[in-house]
Amino acid sequence: MSTTSIDFNKTRTFLIDTTKCTGCRGCQVACKQWNQLKAENTHFFSGEGYQNPPAMSEYTFTRIKFKDYQKNGQNEFAFYKEMCMHCNDPACASVCPVGAFRKTAEGPVIYDDKRCIGCRFCMMACPFGVPKYEWSKAFPLVKKCTGCYSRVKNGKEPACATACPTAISYGPRAEMVKEAEKRLKAKPERYFPAIYGKEEAGGTSVLYLTHQPLDELGFKPITKRPLPSYTWQALRFVPGIFLGVGGTLSLVSWFQHRKDRIRKEEEERAAAKADSTKGVNE
Amino acid sequence: MNEIKGYHNFIKLMMVLVGIGALASLVRFIFGLGVTTNLNDTYPWGLWISFDVVTAVPLAAGAFTIGIVAHVFHIRKLEPLVRPAIVTGFLGYSLVCVGLLLDLGQPQRGINVLRYWNLHSPMFEVSMCVMAYTTVLTLEFLHPVAERFGWHLPLRLLRTLELPFAILAAMISTLHQSTLGTFFLIAVDKLHSLWYNPLLPLQFWLSAIFTGLSIVIFEASLVHKYMGQPDESELLATLTKIIPWIMGVYLCIKLYALAFLTHGPLFDRPVLLALFLAEIGAGVILPMGMFFTRKIKTDKKMQLRAASLVIFGLVLNRFNVSMFGMEQPGQLIYAPSIIESLVTIGIIAAHVLFFVLIAKYFPIFEHHPEATDYTIPDHFHRIEGHESKAGHELRAEG
Repeated sequence: MSTTSIDFNKTRTFLIDTTKCTGCRGCQVACKQWNQLKAENTHFFSGEGYQNPPAMSEYTFTRIKFKDYQKNGQNEFAFYKEMCMHCNDPACASVCPVGAFRKTAEGPVIYDDKRCIGCRFCMMACPFGVPKYEWSKAFPLVKKCTGCYSRVKNGKEPACATACPTAISYGPRAEMVKEAEKRLKAKPERYFPAIYGKEEAGGTSVLYLTHQPLDELGFKPITKRPLPSYTWQALRFVPGIFLGVGGTLSLVSWFQHRKDRIRKEEEERAAAKADSTKGVNE
Repeated sequence: MNEIKGYHNFIKLMMVLVGIGALASLVRFIFGLGVTTNLNDTYPWGLWISFDVVTAVPLAAGAFTIGIVAHVFHIRKLEPLVRPAIVTGFLGYSLVCVGLLLDLGQPQRGINVLRYWNLHSPMFEVSMCVMAYTTVLTLEFLHPVAERFGWHLPLRLLRTLELPFAILAAMISTLHQSTLGTFFLIAVDKLHSLWYNPLLPLQFWLSAIFTGLSIVIFEASLVHKYMGQPDESELLATLTKIIPWIMGVYLCIKLYALAFLTHGPLFDRPVLLALFLAEIGAGVILPMGMFFTRKIKTDKKMQLRAASLVIFGLVLNRFNVSMFGMEQPGQLIYAPSIIESLVTIGIIAAHVLFFVLIAKYFPIFEHHPEATDYTIPDHFHRIEGHESKAGHELRAEG
């Protein structure tokens, strides 16, 4: 809607092949370094499984989730990199009352902390639960993965993609989709037949390939429709309803007042008539 | 004597609650939202949004609904009900603004909403409407103030503007009451299917209308009972004829949406199902039945009971949509912290306190437009004997 001028074939996109991920978490470290994020005090098994920190937070924009499963009677790990999906039509950008979020033509969805009033609607709206809040502060702001916009703008790849030795490819969205489809076709036994992010939430700038079924890995099943369209289908009626209600009520009140006026005039006329007949009789 | 003592104790209690609430909100600004509230990244919106905004706004809808009935539909005998509703609305919206500012992370930047417009944001629309409507309500509230202090020119002006203001209030209220429902349309796959459907804005608007009228009944009954104000149950009988029809339309739309417009499973979460049934059964169907009986036109107690049930149903509905229905299975359940609760209790107490004080010192209930002098006294060309004559007339009418 607000981003119609962007060519989504060209927006920079992450292709994350989780079958190639070794779980080294170099991306997590690179992200912390580039964005100068504080370390978190962590404990083993404070979250769901082996991963740490237990969730993304104001200090952690990306993290590797561990999923243990059985393969041929052996315990195996699957890994899944959690981060902002950089939607083509982001819910956060549509609900923000001050327009603090913006989908850039380069790909990343960026956040302007100078505008933010801290209402947290973006956190409510994001289907992936990405924006996080500075709960420790008296006047908090929102924090989320920037897609390393400052690097991308200057022709570099994001910190996590640069650090990753195996699993992350980065390039124009059309090329990344083509590459993902090529891999699916070349090794159907290796992959679950779906590209997560190709159509989810109307398409995102992060694409995933997996071996396991998506829900087993913890990917949320998400609508294929761009989320802003859900609120826009109601909001688009706003000007019409505003004027419609005003017009209708004005008409009703004119009609009701007219009835009142006519009744009064008739009463007066009747009274006048009664007076005049009285006069004639005398 | 005992009554006066009781009144003073009540006022003192309310003042203490307001004071505690003010202290609690101070604590929020010193130590931050994270420490003082039970909000977290999973539950970014808690009690302050669910009650102080999403519930308080429809509870303050009495002002615009009674305005339509009395001024637009021109049912003049209902005019004595308008002022109390406007005072409630004025206080309600002012306190919504207070609640919002507490909940915002950067309240000092609230003005940014006016600087950077995002027409796609339901929050943008609601904040613009709340600002505009609070202004309208303030102007409408000036009416009794002008009367109290004998400002003739503003009083005359405000009397002329009553109808345009009533229409403007209805236009603005329609927008933001419904848009509060639009808020939750973005929560696809988050809000449970019992409540999520594309007609949510329409349901929010209709329920605000019949709740607004019920609030008028609720308040008038309580004020008659405890503040010795005139018995308006005859006027309220007119409202009891309107309310059940709007509730009927609401119920039909709700059932239609439930049957044809929902996608997810409806009966998978027993607790949510129970909450839904309580909301619909005790909060809509039961009071609707009561309003449809003939007895309610004369039975004061029944009027109060039915209105209370409607209010209960609305509060439960807004909490179901904005809080309970959003809880995901297997996650820690949000419950408000002590500070959050104290602030909300303080806000409710402030509403009651200011209402009682305003009703005591301004002509709110004893207002009967046909007995009010709206003429502007002629100071420039004083005619012999005019003043004393006008004074006589007024006294005769009073």
